[in-house]
Amino acid sequence: MNARERILARIREALTVPAPKPGSHGHVHGSHPPHVGSQDAQPIGFRNRPVHEARAWLPKGGTTPAEHLARFAAASSELKTDFRSVDSEAEAHAALRRIADDEGWRRVASHHHALTDAAVAALGRTALFTDGGYPPDDLEACEAGITTCDVLVAQTGSLVVNSRTSGGRALSVLPPHHVVLARRDQLVSDLTDAFERVEALHGRQWPSMISLVTGPSRTGDIERILVLGAHGPKKLTVLMW
Amino acid sequence: MSIAAQQFLEAAGSITRNLRHRGLIQTALRKYEAARDRKKSAFNDWSAARQSAAETKWDAINHLDTYLAEFASKLEARGTKVHWCPTEPEARDTIRGIIRDSQARCIVKSKAMTAEEIHLNEALEKDGFEVVESDLGEFIVQLRQEPPYHIVFPAMHLTRDEISDLFERELGSDPTREPEELTMIARRALRRKYLQADVGITGANFAIAETGMVSITENEGNARLTSALPRVMVTLLGIEKVLPKLEDLALFLPLLATAGAGQTVTGYNTLYGGPRQPGESDGPVEWHVVLLDNRRTELLADPEQRDALHCIRCGACLNVCPIFRNVGGHTYGTTYSGPVGSVITPHLRGLQDWKHLSNASSLCGACTEACPVKIDLHHHLLQNRRNAVGDAPSWIERVAWRAHAFVVNTPALYQFAQEVGRIVEPLRRRLQGTPLDPAQSWTRTRDLPPVAGESFKEWWRNRR
Ligand code: SF4
Repeated sequence: MNARERILARIREALTVPAPKPGSHGHVHGSHPPHVGSQDAQPIGFRNRPVHEARAWLPKGGTTPAEHLARFAAASSELKTDFRSVDSEAEAHAALRRIADDEGWRRVASHHHALTDAAVAALGRTALFTDGGYPPDDLEACEAGITTCDVLVAQTGSLVVNSRTSGGRALSVLPPHHVVLARRDQLVSDLTDAFERVEALHGRQWPSMISLVTGPSRTGDIERILVLGAHGPKKLTVLMW
Repeated sequence: MSIAAQQFLEAAGSITRNLRHRGLIQTALRKYEAARDRKKSAFNDWSAARQSAAETKWDAINHLDTYLAEFASKLEARGTKVHWCPTEPEARDTIRGIIRDSQARCIVKSKAMTAEEIHLNEALEKDGFEVVESDLGEFIVQLRQEPPYHIVFPAMHLTRDEISDLFERELGSDPTREPEELTMIARRALRRKYLQADVGITGANFAIAETGMVSITENEGNARLTSALPRVMVTLLGIEKVLPKLEDLALFLPLLATAGAGQTVTGYNTLYGGPRQPGESDGPVEWHVVLLDNRRTELLADPEQRDALHCIRCGACLNVCPIFRNVGGHTYGTTYSGPVGSVITPHLRGLQDWKHLSNASSLCGACTEACPVKIDLHHHLLQNRRNAVGDAPSWIERVAWRAHAFVVNTPALYQFAQEVGRIVEPLRRRLQGTPLDPAQSWTRTRDLPPVAGESFKEWWRNRR
């Protein structure tokens, strides 16, 4: 028997005796003594409360687009994400140029996409595009990584990037400043909606990495004092129109 | 008494007298509590969310064979190599083999308690590899050559001054009192490592059966980098990490972050479903997922305590435990400390050697109350005590309880005992806790109520 079979056999053996349901304080199915096989009464996937209902108990993301926007803005300010809701793509480009000037960016990194291509062109800085591979040292030398995202989450102030359509695994985490370009209709209420949207986008062909990014990189490992930019970006900017 | 028990007693005795340590832990945990309460109150219904999570984990654990097989086959379908490791040495040797085959020199690692469990770093260092911990807290304790203090906050027992001294000594940096600067020193030291490393090792928080993905929770971005740049990635996880569906994360991510660190969700929650796929620009060309049993199936075979496998390692039970808050994380001498460590260590490493941990509890139930997946922790401590006595009964206790039962069941004897008690009371008071007291180990730190001057019966008789 190989190791896989050995472990699975041990699991099956262990599971012949049923365990009490959660919250029953040690009583298996009321006061009856446990008996082998009674698990069939709990088919796989059974929940008293289906998971998609769980959102009702979680922190709220809002129901209207205006609520989503307000919630995302509030979460961003708590997380120290620089979130700017602007009126047009041109305004977003202008905001990006101002940031680039203030921080003195010389090199930026990005990936090819309608939103990023236009922004990088408007920025007029040397740009490294990660599509099709890149030398990691070159990416490390960039002052900013400019990406798109799949979806943004009002409930948590998060956004989702992936390894296929957001420029790879490192682009959004290696440069010290991560800038995300997004459209308003990418903002959804909560995580349940976000996972649905991500699944709809990628369907059967999942990227190898999907990351829910919530604020800039942070740590509290020294006396529980918040420090930004532990290993990932010190700054996260979201430009949305 | 086992060696582990003796060490526990000695370490606990000295650290509870250490006021500096106590102050540090109390301050850190007060901050945690304030943040956690704020985030908990943003939930519409915290207790319903916990119940739902408990049911989800119940489903996962009680159909573990099905979900685990699904998880593994989905991973394999996209080019991931899955390794099944029944024991600690097998897991260690599997990973050593992967690293040898990849001809690696430098290895970066992000936080993984399972790696502590199998003593991976020691083994790899013995093989001549450089292993760098990339999580800031882990990096600090690695420089100090000690195990993590807490499963979520590894360097919680250190002040910024101690960390500054450590960095000065080990990294040659200038002393500073600013946590920000200290963090930047570590950031600079580790940047090169990510770029040089050939292998990245990570742990995992959840294994999603439906899609064949692992989910890694972190704040710093170190796990993201560890799994982005090196050409080989190794992920080590316990078989109990399974969740049935992707959408389960919509509940588990906020629950873990709120209970564990007082955050709505942590900074990065990343799903990995394979090595670099066609058309992707970076990522490891090889990904190995190592599934570790290491006696988890023995815990699974105990239906009474099976729910201990629901644990999502949030650390909430440690944070609220009055014992943990006094004796600290290192005193336990285990990979997993605090209430959950006291519950599972006897299953993982032997009941008789580790039963003392279940006695180091006031049974206040704060842990059970705090647990986001509703593990019945304090009852499990009681069950461990019962099982330990059942396996190896103490004859002194048996005789004592028999005698006690006989006396209290015989009215004449009981009355006589009361009389005797009253007479010897002054002597008992004087001897209490001294070496002459036969029950010294109990009475040294506890007061007994004085024997009453008269019994209720006498009082009643005199009143009439
Ligand atoms: S037992 Fe519960 S509270 Fe303790 S670490 Fe595990 S999940 Fe968290």
